Amino acid sequence: MKQSLSPRRRRWIFAVRGLMVLAAGLTCALVLFLLGYVLVRGIPHISWELLSTAPSVLADWDGILPDILNTVYIVLAAVVIVVPLGAGAAVYLNEYAANRRMVSVIEYAAETLSGIPSIIYGLVGMIMFCGRGSSLLAGALTLVIMNLPTVMRTTQESLKTVPQSYREGAFGLGAGKWRVIRTVVLPGCVDGVITGCILAVGRIVGESAALLYTAGFGHALNGLWKGLQNSGATLTVSLYLYAKEDGKFDVAFAIAAILMALTLLINLAAAAVGRYFRKRRSL
Amino acid sequence: MKKAKRSREALEIAVHGVFLLLGLITVGCVLAITVYLVLSGLPTIREIGLWNFLFGKEWASTAADPRFGILPFLLTSVYGTAGAILLGVPVGFLTAVYLAKAAPPKLRAALSGAVSLLAGIPSVVYGLVGMMVLVPGIRKLFGLPDGASLLAGILVLAVMILPSIIKVSVTALEAVPPEYEDASLALGATREETWFRVSVPAARSGIAAAVVLGVGRALGEAMAVIMVSGNAPNMPSLFESVRFLTTAVASEMSYASGLQRQALFSIALVLYLFILLINAALNYFLKRDKEGGK
Repeated sequence: MKQSLSPRRRRWIFAVRGLMVLAAGLTCALVLFLLGYVLVRGIPHISWELLSTAPSVLADWDGILPDILNTVYIVLAAVVIVVPLGAGAAVYLNEYAANRRMVSVIEYAAETLSGIPSIIYGLVGMIMFCGRGSSLLAGALTLVIMNLPTVMRTTQESLKTVPQSYREGAFGLGAGKWRVIRTVVLPGCVDGVITGCILAVGRIVGESAALLYTAGFGHALNGLWKGLQNSGATLTVSLYLYAKEDGKFDVAFAIAAILMALTLLINLAAAAVGRYFRKRRSL
Repeated sequence: MKKAKRSREALEIAVHGVFLLLGLITVGCVLAITVYLVLSGLPTIREIGLWNFLFGKEWASTAADPRFGILPFLLTSVYGTAGAILLGVPVGFLTAVYLAKAAPPKLRAALSGAVSLLAGIPSVVYGLVGMMVLVPGIRKLFGLPDGASLLAGILVLAVMILPSIIKVSVTALEAVPPEYEDASLALGATREETWFRVSVPAARSGIAAAVVLGVGRALGEAMAVIMVSGNAPNMPSLFESVRFLTTAVASEMSYASGLQRQALFSIALVLYLFILLINAALNYFLKRDKEGGK
């Protein structure tokens, strides 16, 4: 077969194949380089003391425990708020909305939201939520708007996989709409909600531009409740501050390595959850 | 009995109302963002003058006689995005074809895992690596006094838009009906010819959407470019320190007040209009892709 190809065609095929492999190789190399470089530069500076203490100007010491806690708080607050809102919106679109124009308006709005750059969210969040100065809660609310489309989309996708016959069966037994949603539809879309959660957590952990002027720069060690009301830097924001403002690259790389590990973990979790639910669905 | 029925109906209506409200939240958010940006951005543009604002070549917000011309930022954002697209799209496109069509299953799984990881890396980490690797590298390679430049910004952006381009293109390429490819193979085309002359043209709307998405990502990125591009309000030049629209907002927000602060909102408004335009384009291509797939 190959013999019959003209030399020109063969050259073209050879070139195209080479370019493809080159591009894929480059992409791979970039990922490996980023991963390796950040881990190699960062891991030596991670110590138990760094992770378990707060920074102190007097002792000239940079601990990142407050930053870790702030990240946890903001993730918790944002996810707790965004999940009911996003899942509810998805339920409305998939179960209630009869008006096609309404559906397309809502979907267009969600697409617009997911395209808006985070710096604009930061700015608008600052005007909307920071009447009394920046706080973790203001940051979390900003992140809620940012992640609404994500949770909505994943929930919507899994709602579409709930078989219509389940709903019809429940209706046939005399259940009302709300009862059908509560007992048949919602349990069927758990996978979408969980996937949405994981994606949202990933985005929140990596977000910085939207948080700079909403959640602020605080490094104080607080409990959950007090932490939410005070300004606090998450891991990404303090990486930025350490690297850009203070020039403390050791701490910055340590945080970068932690963030890299978290990203890796979140990716693996998302893949595992996807596999688990696919398997369960096919049973 | 009748009472029970009536209260059940009331419950149904209430629940319907709650879900309707939840559904409308996204619309409310978009409206709120638009209104806030217009209200806080427009008056300043009027005060400075639209022409002076958009096409003024000088930004000196803290000078005694302040100037608010954002042409340097506008052009930097346009050039930076164009550069990132120029570098990122060929690599992303070819990787996507390889991933969707050519790669053996094991390699394919590994590669798409790598692409997801690339998408998940926080932008400040890109910024940090750019600061420590790219900036000194550019300084040495080109013998500059400082490597923080438009070029560094373009390179970082090119890497950052790769995953969006690859993912959307792969989805589009995978949705090409196998009959098209089978027909082409049966007519004697080789696999490579089939991928590039049949599959790619069939998926062109989706690939266009991928490029538009990349444009949006590059235009909106703030933290990574603020760390590598030097942040001086110069007119764009490849080897000079520059400031993007996004970084202009981010860098002065912490200490701005009065007209200067208002001007930052105006910049955000300009950026927002750009993004709305890009979203409209993205929507157009995605819709066309969906219709083409049917």
